[in-house]
Amino acid sequence: MWKTIKRWYHQLGSPRYFYGFCNAVLPWLVPIALVVLAVGLAWGLAWAPVERYQGDSYRIIYIHVPASSGALMGYIAMGVAGLVALVWRMKMAEVMLKALAPFGAVLAAVSLLTGALWGKPTWGTYWQWDARMTSMLILLFLYLGIIALQSAIRDPRQAARAASLLAVVGVINVVIVKYSVEWLQTLHQGATLKMVGESSINDAMKYPLLISMLGLWLLYAANVLIRARAEVLSRERRSGWVRKLVAPAGGKGGR
Amino acid sequence: MSGIWWASLRRELTLIWRAPADMVQPLFFFVVVVSLFPLGLSPKPELLALVAPGAVWVAALLAVMLSLDGLFRRDQESGALDQMLTAPVVTVVPVSAKLLAHWLLTGLPLALIAPLLGYMMQLPVAVLDTLMVSVLLGTPTLTVVGAIGAALTVGLNRGGILLAVLVLPLYIPVLVFGAGVVRTAQDGLPTDGLLAVLGAILALALSLGPVAVALGLRISAGD
Repeated sequence: MWKTIKRWYHQLGSPRYFYGFCNAVLPWLVPIALVVLAVGLAWGLAWAPVERYQGDSYRIIYIHVPASSGALMGYIAMGVAGLVALVWRMKMAEVMLKALAPFGAVLAAVSLLTGALWGKPTWGTYWQWDARMTSMLILLFLYLGIIALQSAIRDPRQAARAASLLAVVGVINVVIVKYSVEWLQTLHQGATLKMVGESSINDAMKYPLLISMLGLWLLYAANVLIRARAEVLSRERRSGWVRKLVAPAGGKGGR
Repeated sequence: MSGIWWASLRRELTLIWRAPADMVQPLFFFVVVVSLFPLGLSPKPELLALVAPGAVWVAALLAVMLSLDGLFRRDQESGALDQMLTAPVVTVVPVSAKLLAHWLLTGLPLALIAPLLGYMMQLPVAVLDTLMVSVLLGTPTLTVVGAIGAALTVGLNRGGILLAVLVLPLYIPVLVFGAGVVRTAQDGLPTDGLLAVLGAILALALSLGPVAVALGLRISAGD
C-alpha cells in the first residue's frame, strides 16, 4: 500500500505521466462531479425540510458552506503545494499551486456573496465585520495577491516560486487573522458540522449538504486538473513528447 | 560571520544616514496622513478620540509599507544585491542587518513620534505610552513582513501598487492587535495580554521572516 502511494507520488511528479493521468481521470471526474453536485443541490434546494426559524432562506447553506470550505481547503492546499515547491523544488507542485488559485478565489467570492444574501433575512444586514466574514474577505485578498504576483512575473518558474513563498506566508497569516478577529464580538453561528461529536444539524438537512460539499470539491479538483494539464503542456512545449502530441502527423493531434 | 553582520549594519546605516530623505519622508508621510483625519472627519474631540487608534495605526502601516518599496531596489540597480547573494555567507546575515538598519531609521522614529500624533488626535494622555509601546512592538513585524513582499517584487518595475496588494492583507493581524491594544487602554482595561500577543507575533516574524526575505531575494534573482 505505502509502496503504491510512493510510486504514484513519484510518477505524478513527472509532467508527462501527469498529462496521461489527467486524460485518464478527467472524462470520469467531470461528469461525476457535476452529477454529485446536481444531486446535492437539488436535494437540498427542493426536498430537504424547511427550517423552523429561518424558513426557506436557510437553503442557501447548500451553496454557502461548500463554497466556503472549498475556498479554505484550496488555500491550505496552495500552502502545502508552495512548501513542497520551495523545499523539494518539485515542478508539479508549482503547476498545482498556479492551478489552484483562480477557482479558489471564485469560491471565496461566492462564499462572501451568498453569505451576504443569507445575512439580510436572518441578521438583518448584508455585511457585518464579523470574525468569519472578515477572515473570508482577507482570504479573498490573499488569493488575489497570489494571482497578481503570478501574473506580474514573466518567467513561469520564477512566478510559481514567488507565489509559493507568498502562499506559505499567507497560510500562517490566515491562522493569525482568524484568532485576531475572533475576540471581536462575533455574529456568525458556530460550526454546525463537526468531525467529532454530535453535529447540530438534522440528518435530513445534513446529507444533502455533505453531498453538495463533495460535489463542489470534486468540481474544484476537476478544474485544477484541467488548468494543471494546460499549464504542463505550455511549460513542456519544447519537449519531445509535447511536440509529438501536437504534430499534425501524430495521429489525433493535441487535445 | 558576526563581523560581516556588523559590517553590513554599518554600511546600511551609513547609506541611509547620508541620504536622510529616505529616513525623513516616511515620518513626514505619517504626520501628514494622520493630520488628514481631523480635516476630513471633523475636529470634534470625542469623535477623534474614537478613531484615533485606527487612524494612527493605518498611517503607520502605510508609512512602513511605502518606505519598503525601495529597500532592495537601489541595491539591485547598483549590483550590491548580487554581491550579497553570491557572498560566501548565508544570505540571512546581511538581510537581517539590513532589516534592523531599516527599522532603526524608519520604524523607531515612527514609534517615537506616535504619542505626539495620538495627543493631537485627542487620545487621553494616560493612553499615549500604550500607543508608543504598541507601535514599538508592531513596526518591526511590519518591516520584516513587508520586506518579504519587497524581496519578491524587487525585479518588477511596477513594484509599488503590487507591493501594497501583496503586503497589506498580511499586515491585518498587526493592525487589529495594535489598534486593539490602544482601544482597550482607552476603555481602562488591562493591556498586558494583547501586548504579549503583539510580542508573540513579533517573535514569529523575527525568527522566520529574515529567512523568508532571503528566500524571496533568491527567487527574484532567478535562483
